[in-house]
Amino acid sequence: MTLIDLANPTRFLSLTARVLPWLTAATAILLAAGLYLSALAPDDYQQGATVKIMFIHVPNAWLSMFVWGVMSIAALGTLVWRHPLADVAAKSAAPIGAAFTFLALVTGSLWGRPMWGTYWEWDARLTSVLILFLMYLGLIALWRAVDDPSRAARAAAVLTLVGAINLPIIKFSVDWWNTLHQGASVIRMGGPTLDRSFLIPLLVMAVAFSLLFVTLHLAAMRNEILRRRVRSLQMMQASRVTLSNEVGAA
Amino acid sequence: MTTSLGPYASFITTSYALVAIVVLLLIVWIAVDYRTQKARLRDLEASGITRRSGRGATDIR
Repeated sequence: MTLIDLANPTRFLSLTARVLPWLTAATAILLAAGLYLSALAPDDYQQGATVKIMFIHVPNAWLSMFVWGVMSIAALGTLVWRHPLADVAAKSAAPIGAAFTFLALVTGSLWGRPMWGTYWEWDARLTSVLILFLMYLGLIALWRAVDDPSRAARAAAVLTLVGAINLPIIKFSVDWWNTLHQGASVIRMGGPTLDRSFLIPLLVMAVAFSLLFVTLHLAAMRNEILRRRVRSLQMMQASRVTLSNEVGAA
Repeated sequence: MTTSLGPYASFITTSYALVAIVVLLLIVWIAVDYRTQKARLRDLEASGITRRSGRGATDIR
């Protein structure tokens, strides 16, 4: 099966049915391994056991941006190549991205209270991530507000690409402004500054959450394709009823 | 192995519990949505509405 074959929703559904059980199993195994390694990780000399919040906060924060990146590529697919699955991919990813962003905000807040002495601070990193969360909600609302999927797709794609400007702002906010949030310690020039005892569990959890996203995304895309089939069949049903009423009246 | 979560245990356990709850909600939502769409397609097919291709709308394999 080539990449172009995946443009066909029926072939995509067939592929999804085959890979989803394997992806689900791989996600469960990696999540279990990540949680086990997180439990084994030592306390930090400054933060104590609260460092364990990092193993769930950081993967969620990374994915909050990664999912918007995926949606931005899908938006290009909608606007430039008019790929039939591009809008399906973007629309299905949005609620999952919103959930990851929500979790990044809440776990960050719960980590911030004991470490910074506050749940929230209107600094550049926290505020830009909150804006990302609100943009996810806005996009979801847009898709729900417009009945015709093709019209909603174009508007959502434009909004997604405009919103992508926020991604570098989030990433570099800790370098461009003075913030309470710490600077990058994993994805940075010169390599990670984290000790291996924290880095390995963090990377395993990051891969596990990424697989979780891929699994949930494929399943949500399958649902969206089925929802669009339901819609087109309902429209066929409605047109048949209208036609039979007109014949009956004549 | 670290067994004690120290004075901030409630912050740590709440974080992990919240992540577990939200991920479970996502999984349940997607599973319920799948069943709902399949049931709607079955109902439509049962009422005689079929796809132009003639293939079953619920047949995804």
